[in-house]
Amino acid sequence: MDLQIALLLAQDGLTNGAIYVLLALALVLVFAVTRVIFIPQGEFVAFGALTLAAFDNGKLPGTVWLLLGGAALVLLVEAVAARRERNNQRLARALLFYGLLPAVVAGAAWWAAALKLALPVQIALSLAIVVPMGPILYRLAFQPLAEASVLVLLIVSVAVHLALAGLGLFFFGAEGSRTPAFSEAMLKFGEINVSGQSLWVYGSSAVLILALYVFFSRSLYGKALVATAVNRTGARLMGIRTSMAGGLAFTLAAAIGAFSGILIAPITTIFYDTGFIIGLKGFVGAIVGGLASYPVAAGGALLVGLIESYASFWASAFKEVIVFTLIIPVLLWRSLTTHHIEEDE
Amino acid sequence: MMARRLPLVALLALVALGPRLLPEFYVTLFNYIGLYGLVALGLVLLTGIGGMTSFGQGAFVGLGAYATAYLTTVHGLSPWATLFIGLAVTGATALLLGAMTLRLSGHYLPLGTIAWGISLYYLFGNLDALGGHTGITGIPAVSLFGLSLESGRDFGYLIWAITLAALWATQNLLASRQGRAIRALKGGSLMAESMGVDIARTKIIAFLIAALLASLSGWLYAHLQRFVNPTPFSLHHGIEYLFMAVVGGAASLWGALLGAGVITLLNEWLKDLLPKLLGASGNFEMIVFGVMMVLLLQYAPNGLWPLLARRLPAPRREIAVSDAQPLTQRDKPASGTTLLEVKAAVKRFGGLVAVNDMSLTVKAGEILALLGPNGAGKSTMFNLVSGVAPPTSGTVHFLDRRIDGLDPRRIAKLGMSRSFQHVRLLREMSVLENVAIGAHLRGAAGVLSSSLHLERGEEARLLAEAARQVQRVGLGEHLHDAAGSLPLGKQRILEIARALCADPCLLLLDEPAAGLRYLEKQALAELLRKLCGEGLGILLVEHDMDFVMGLVHRVVVMDFGEKIAEGLPDEIQRNPAVREAYLGGVE
Amino acid sequence: MNRQAMDCLVEPILTVRGLKVSYGKVAALHHVDLTVGAGQIVTVIGSNGAGKTTLLSAIMGLLPSDGKIEFAGECHARVEVEDMVVRGLTLVPEKRELFASMSVEDNLRLGGFARFAAGKRGHETAMAEVFQRFPRLNERRTQLAGTLSGGERAMLALGRALMARPKLLMLDEPSLGLAPLIVREIFHIIADLRDTGTAILLVEQNARAALQVADYGYVLETGDVLIEGPAFELADNPKIAESYLGIKSAT
Repeated sequence: MDLQIALLLAQDGLTNGAIYVLLALALVLVFAVTRVIFIPQGEFVAFGALTLAAFDNGKLPGTVWLLLGGAALVLLVEAVAARRERNNQRLARALLFYGLLPAVVAGAAWWAAALKLALPVQIALSLAIVVPMGPILYRLAFQPLAEASVLVLLIVSVAVHLALAGLGLFFFGAEGSRTPAFSEAMLKFGEINVSGQSLWVYGSSAVLILALYVFFSRSLYGKALVATAVNRTGARLMGIRTSMAGGLAFTLAAAIGAFSGILIAPITTIFYDTGFIIGLKGFVGAIVGGLASYPVAAGGALLVGLIESYASFWASAFKEVIVFTLIIPVLLWRSLTTHHIEEDE
Repeated sequence: MMARRLPLVALLALVALGPRLLPEFYVTLFNYIGLYGLVALGLVLLTGIGGMTSFGQGAFVGLGAYATAYLTTVHGLSPWATLFIGLAVTGATALLLGAMTLRLSGHYLPLGTIAWGISLYYLFGNLDALGGHTGITGIPAVSLFGLSLESGRDFGYLIWAITLAALWATQNLLASRQGRAIRALKGGSLMAESMGVDIARTKIIAFLIAALLASLSGWLYAHLQRFVNPTPFSLHHGIEYLFMAVVGGAASLWGALLGAGVITLLNEWLKDLLPKLLGASGNFEMIVFGVMMVLLLQYAPNGLWPLLARRLPAPRREIAVSDAQPLTQRDKPASGTTLLEVKAAVKRFGGLVAVNDMSLTVKAGEILALLGPNGAGKSTMFNLVSGVAPPTSGTVHFLDRRIDGLDPRRIAKLGMSRSFQHVRLLREMSVLENVAIGAHLRGAAGVLSSSLHLERGEEARLLAEAARQVQRVGLGEHLHDAAGSLPLGKQRILEIARALCADPCLLLLDEPAAGLRYLEKQALAELLRKLCGEGLGILLVEHDMDFVMGLVHRVVVMDFGEKIAEGLPDEIQRNPAVREAYLGGVE
Repeated sequence: MNRQAMDCLVEPILTVRGLKVSYGKVAALHHVDLTVGAGQIVTVIGSNGAGKTTLLSAIMGLLPSDGKIEFAGECHARVEVEDMVVRGLTLVPEKRELFASMSVEDNLRLGGFARFAAGKRGHETAMAEVFQRFPRLNERRTQLAGTLSGGERAMLALGRALMARPKLLMLDEPSLGLAPLIVREIFHIIADLRDTGTAILLVEQNARAALQVADYGYVLETGDVLIEGPAFELADNPKIAESYLGIKSAT
């Protein structure tokens, strides 16, 4: 391998790694706040990419129906709860967020589908369709089990992944899609070419990470999320609802997932089930960070990207084997540095 | 009694006659239910009973299947030899994986198994020696006593014989000393550890059994299908196995078969129905399974078996207790011998000094109370003595042996036994079985002899001892009741019986009177008096002066981690420092 | 002065009637009646295990209970903790439940979360008031809560609760685990809170200190109110010492 190939592989690795970093951060966030190990993260990646691809092909993406269906279910659940509590405010809020808003988004999507609007508009619409599924999912699948053990939440998480993957297959079919690059530019840095899309990935990831940092360190809602992660009882006593924090965490995770999919779709062909493997690679990164530390998780995810890239050069058939076996030394190291037997919940 | 046996009889009839009478299609389905049931059985043990989870059972099935497929086709080994090679390979892998993940928090095992399931799937698919994605064909049929089991109708007998045998052995295991340890994993690790159960080892045992059952199923699968490819061993199937265990009822062994049946039949039906309904082809059944699983865990987290079992007439199962020969007892020190001696113990947590320069002794035949207001450091002191948290400096001697730094299991073995401030019982288990956990260290039966019920002699002696201790503390009438159904007062007394079952010479009791009513306290005091009259030493940690005063021989009072008074009960009551500590400072 | 007389003098902010709480089959509180008047400091004392924490948890909505709880003129049956916070009830729990890995300042800000979420502003004024009351917290404002000393933690827990500007502040054993000198300081602070007009329900094991700052007191023993009365009367009641030290059964 000469230097040029090494640098090219590094560039590839960093591009994928940047995506894994975003996903790893979202996974750590969701786990810290809700104790849910967010396996369906990958489906958000796929949905983001494939929804955009549908707009790009001038078609109405099937995820619109999923949004409407999910929102209708939440509306039903909330309406029943509001009626039992005789809480009209809650009913009004549900009607706005799960009735009116999804209807407006769906209407806009239907109107825009055939028009093949500019890429930024398509991206905005795709996000508007996919991101609300985060809180919808939380409300339907996880909020009723807020007190359940991590293990039960994990099984639910896997079940949700399965259901969403099946729905993905139904809405988008088995064929993969690619979307046009944000930029066709090719920049030359000395010996190596860097694609404009790679730069977009680096830049967007950096901006997103910075935005998350500002959100958690400056805004009171961001701090409330951290507080829930640090001490749930303490947060509740301050009036911070666990369900609010959970919904917010899922919204952020969905946004990160969908946006990651949109970023990577011009580079890799995305199938309905590709997201799962991409998400799991973010996971390997998150586990390096013990599902707790953001910077270590980010470092781990970047490492996964690089290892994957070099592995595909030397032993392309065993690329996945190598990446997922990477978890073994990580677990071994964690196991040797942990010294307690814990009582289960 | 007949009505209760009905499902078993029906199943046996189906196993015996089904392969002869049913059409081919149903025979195949029935065989698959047996194969899957075997894997689900392991998962019920692991998840429902042991409180751990694996999504990677598919990969273990694959190991068993590929081991026999490769060795019988390429090296021409007999399927019976490859069975054991496959089990050995799987066992070694499971041991390695378990050793790495089982000491970490509960979610690392399932996450590890997801990663490992994927990696093994890609390995099967990319190794040329294993035929890549096309797999291995031409696997020989198994022959038994010269009879070649080539057709699915014949092979089905072997599948079901093995599955039912595994069910029987697992049931045996659960009703034994080792089984009680496994059942304590979920929600009772701390308690079991202090009774001498090696929790880390027990977890690995449960994981190993589940892996071996999966491997066995893989071997059967390979010789049923006569060819293997990576698809049936993917993560997706690993998830399906777990769903079977959850649907059936993760806490009942029969639920494994029920779950395997329900998921297999539903799968078959949905694979047919959904593509027609949706007008497209694909694995849409996973949508239904996913949604079904979410709803099930929200509304019936214990699965379908308990719902079904409720409809069967089920008389209360009582474990027979015989007059077996008593267990040998350790030599007890004579009354007045010093049992426990703590010297200048200090415990720091970071900058905080929780216990400072504490010394105390307990003698055989004496009750010593360690008193102090809330937050005085009594619990820390208790942990120092029982080995839960070793002291930063100072020494602890028990029977002239230095024990600070030993783990709780070693200390328990030396003859110190404890109760817990917050009652730690296995609520679903009977009083008898809960108490029998206390005798864990007095038995030696292993997993294999327990599974085959070869340890009945020892088991009878353990149960007889447990029953004796239950009688001794006066809970005889509740012997077969679920521990969780007793009122708090009796639960605390049960904890004492469990501690006594370890044949201790020193009892450590952590706030045994907390939350008890007046009469319950009286009964408890009566019991403690009796025990110490029999020569036992008792260290009582309490804040309840009322309870302690008429009962104990000596009192040590702590405040802010230090000893502020020591003496006879009535001296303590008059001690101004104690009054200050309890009633608060005066300005 | 009996309770009826007291009820006439100040309007009650909290009225509890026939409160019963059980953990499974075990009743932790049998039948508790209790009243806190607006702006009053009322204390509930009793030895460990008497049910004091259970009482506060039930009022806060952390535990299901039977009986009537009326707060700020509203009865509530099954209300969640977060709703109670919005209505003006704040609990400082025995374990403090601080956000250990966050700064003192962030802990305080989060104390005002319910008000912020309801669109009320004035965070900075509230924070300035807290810092005025607890100058020590001002010195430590960028320090992580987990690194504070026991006394500072107690102050931060109090300060964080005050950020919510509660109508009723419930304190669970604020002196727990603190050295005598710090305990004195904490009780001074509690006495000083009188001028904010906030009513306080103070649960304490430290009977003497609690009765010194309170207007009215209840003595709880194994789930029942043993005695109640104006604090100065209870302070001299020998029954309290007996209840704490178990003297009655020994003599």
